[in-house]
Order: sequence, then C-alpha cells, then structure tokens
Amino acid sequence: MSLIALFISALLVHNILLSRFLGCCPFLGVSNQLETAKGMGVAVIFVTTFAAIMTWLAYTFILVPMGLEYLYTLSFILIIAALVQFVEIVLKKVMPGLYKSLGIFLPLITTNCAVLGVAVINMNEKYTLIESIVNAVGSSAGFLLAIVLMAGIRERIEMNEDMPAALRGLPIALITAGLMSIAFMGFNGLIK
Amino acid sequence: MQNPLKLIKNGIITENPTFGLVLGMCPTLAVTSSAENGFGMGLAATAVLMGSNVAVSAIRKFIPDEIRIPAFIVVIAGFVTVVQLLISGYAPALDKSLGIFIPLIVVNCIILARAEAFAFKNGVADSLFDGIGMGLGFTLALTVIGAIREILGNGTVFGMTVLSPSFYQPALLVILAPGGFITLGILMGLFRNYRMKKKTENGGAGQTFDGWKELDACGGCALKSLCGGGNSMVVCAKNAPAPEAKTEKEADK
Repeated sequence: MSLIALFISALLVHNILLSRFLGCCPFLGVSNQLETAKGMGVAVIFVTTFAAIMTWLAYTFILVPMGLEYLYTLSFILIIAALVQFVEIVLKKVMPGLYKSLGIFLPLITTNCAVLGVAVINMNEKYTLIESIVNAVGSSAGFLLAIVLMAGIRERIEMNEDMPAALRGLPIALITAGLMSIAFMGFNGLIK
Repeated sequence: MQNPLKLIKNGIITENPTFGLVLGMCPTLAVTSSAENGFGMGLAATAVLMGSNVAVSAIRKFIPDEIRIPAFIVVIAGFVTVVQLLISGYAPALDKSLGIFIPLIVVNCIILARAEAFAFKNGVADSLFDGIGMGLGFTLALTVIGAIREILGNGTVFGMTVLSPSFYQPALLVILAPGGFITLGILMGLFRNYRMKKKTENGGAGQTFDGWKELDACGGCALKSLCGGGNSMVVCAKNAPAPEAKTEKEADK
C-alpha cells in the first residue's frame, strides 16, 4: 500500500474514533468546547507520533532480538508514560508558548487508548518505521478531525431547550457520534 | 472487613461501571457486536481487575504515594499480559475477535480507577470482592449490550437463532460501528430516565436534572483525585484555556 493510501485510510476510512473506537473517553469528555477540543487533538497528534517512533524502535531493536515480544504491552505503556513526562518537561523548557496551549492536556493522554492502540496496530501490521509514522500521523489527525467536528456539533445542540432531560449530555453525544460514524462509512469505497 | 455480598452488589447494580460510573467506553463500544464477544471481554477484564485489586492492595503499604500511578500501571500491565497469553492459548477464536482490545485492557479506566479509588485504601479481601463485583457489573453490561446488538443485527443470541430470517430482516447497521454508539446512547438514556423517575418518586427534584453538568472531562478519569477533579484552584483540561493562572504560579517561583 502506498504511503498516501495508508494516510487516507488511517485518517478517514478507518477513523480511529468513529470506526476503531479508540480514544472514546476524551472524545466524549473534552468535546464540549471547540478550543479545548482543538488543543486535545493537537496534543494527541504530538504524543502519538513520538510514541509510534519510540515503540517501533524499542520493539524492533530490544524486544525482538531478546525474544521478549510477549512483554510488548508492559513495555509500550511504560514507554508512553515516560514519553509523556519527557515531552512535558522538554516543551516547558524549549517551547514555552506551545507548552502553554498543550501542557494541560498531556497528563490526560497517558491513559488515552488511542496512543497505545496505534502502537499496537503498527506492531500487528508489521509496518516499517516510515509506515508507522505515516499511520500514526494519519490516525491522530483523524482523531483531531472527529473531535473538532463533534465539539462544533455539541456547541450547537447544547442550546436546544426541547431535548428530553434524560438524553442530555452523554446519551445524545453518543447518538451524535453514531450518526457521524454513519457519515464516515461513506468513505469506505475510497480505498480498495 | 465489609460484607462481601454488599461489595459485589455495589459493583453490579449501585455503581455499575458502564451505566453508573461511565467508565471504559472504548471496549464497551468496540467488542459488543455479539453477546459472546461482550461476555468474553467482560470475563477477561474481571480477571485482570481481581488480580490487580488484590496485588495493589497487598503492596499498598510499600508504594510511596508519589509514584503510585506508574506502579499501578505496571501491576495492571503484568496481569494483562498473563490474561492475554491464557486467552491466546486456550480460546484462540476469542483472541481473534477481541484482537487489539485485549492489550488495551491496560488503559481501561475501570481498572486504574478501582486501584486508585478502592484497592489502595482497603484490605486484600475487600479489594478482591470489589474486583469481582465491578468485573461482573462490567461483564453484565457488555453481555446485555452485545445481546441487544446481536438480536437486532443478526437475529441471534450467543449464536442461537431467535428472530428467524423468514420474517425478520436483520439490520446490519446495528452490528457495525454506528450501531455501537447509538445502542449505548439509547440504553443510557433509558437508564437515566429510570433513575430520574425514581428520584422524583422519592421527592427529589427530577425536573432540574441536567445531564450536561454530569458529563465533564474528568467524569470518567481515573486520575481525577490527582488533579482535584478540575476545581477552580487547579488547572484542568476541562477549564481550558487557563494558561494565565499557570504563568502566575511560575512567576511566583
């Protein structure tokens, strides 16, 4: 598969939120304001890409040569947790401006299953380093796209006074996500 | 020690992790395309939950407070690896259908949340029963959602035909991704409706119930107690943008 096809597939066809169900907690939790959703999305792109590189290197050069492939869950989550801390410290020193806008989202990302999910998908599909990076960027850009769309919709439906009280909040957010997912199914024919 | 039956009932009904606490949404949505998958995922999570609750509770006096979250994650990841190897050894079909969601049990909020909220503060036996209760509550919720989706989308439950294809045309959409979101949304709405009715009967103000307030960024977050749940004193993603508060703090230093 060419790299562009891989990118489109990760971004739209197999959207990480709406078709793979990874990262639902921040998707439903942090999508009530457009600004917050944007910040979360950019932070996820940042961490997912770095995590994909680091886990690929660790898996290929440490776990496989030592025959410890079965420890991938344990090592990936430790790498991600350490990486998030590291990114936070470096950003604070090197790019204080970026840290200001992304910093508050970073601790939330350690337990975001999208980051670990992309690393495991890269491993299962036996992607090369370049393919892993393209898949990570595409997947997390798909996360940004979905969460920003969702925040835009939610800012509007929160104003709706006629909605039954039982459906307000999470239930209607889930149903909205379902309808968005149907719309994204339209991209299915894009990649053969 | 608390009454074990009470602890188990608490997990299954009062604080049901899926409908009550709204934790662990990703596996709930992803693996409930059939009752069997939901049941299998629930049991796998129960096993991890029991193991991690007991282990965390047993070593809680040796873990310094500051590094407890990384310690929990290592314990949980260890048990997930064990469960993963057992499933791929003894139930390869289940392993194939759950796929990536078995390693992702590590980041399932339910397990981290119970380690943080219960096992770290209670004895070994209590933690074991809390793990069993929460795990069974999760299993029950997943199996029910899975069964509903399987009936509507395929006309079967646990592989047995319930709605015969001669008069029922299966709605395939319910098994696909959108069906997961919509089924869970409707079920949650019904659950809320029931709870609100009960509240009104007991004299509570059911009409003023506002679902939007209940859903916040920290609602299902296991690390809620670390950041204070986003109160006005601490910086939390929920209250973003709040970088001004942060720069003031830095300036003070």
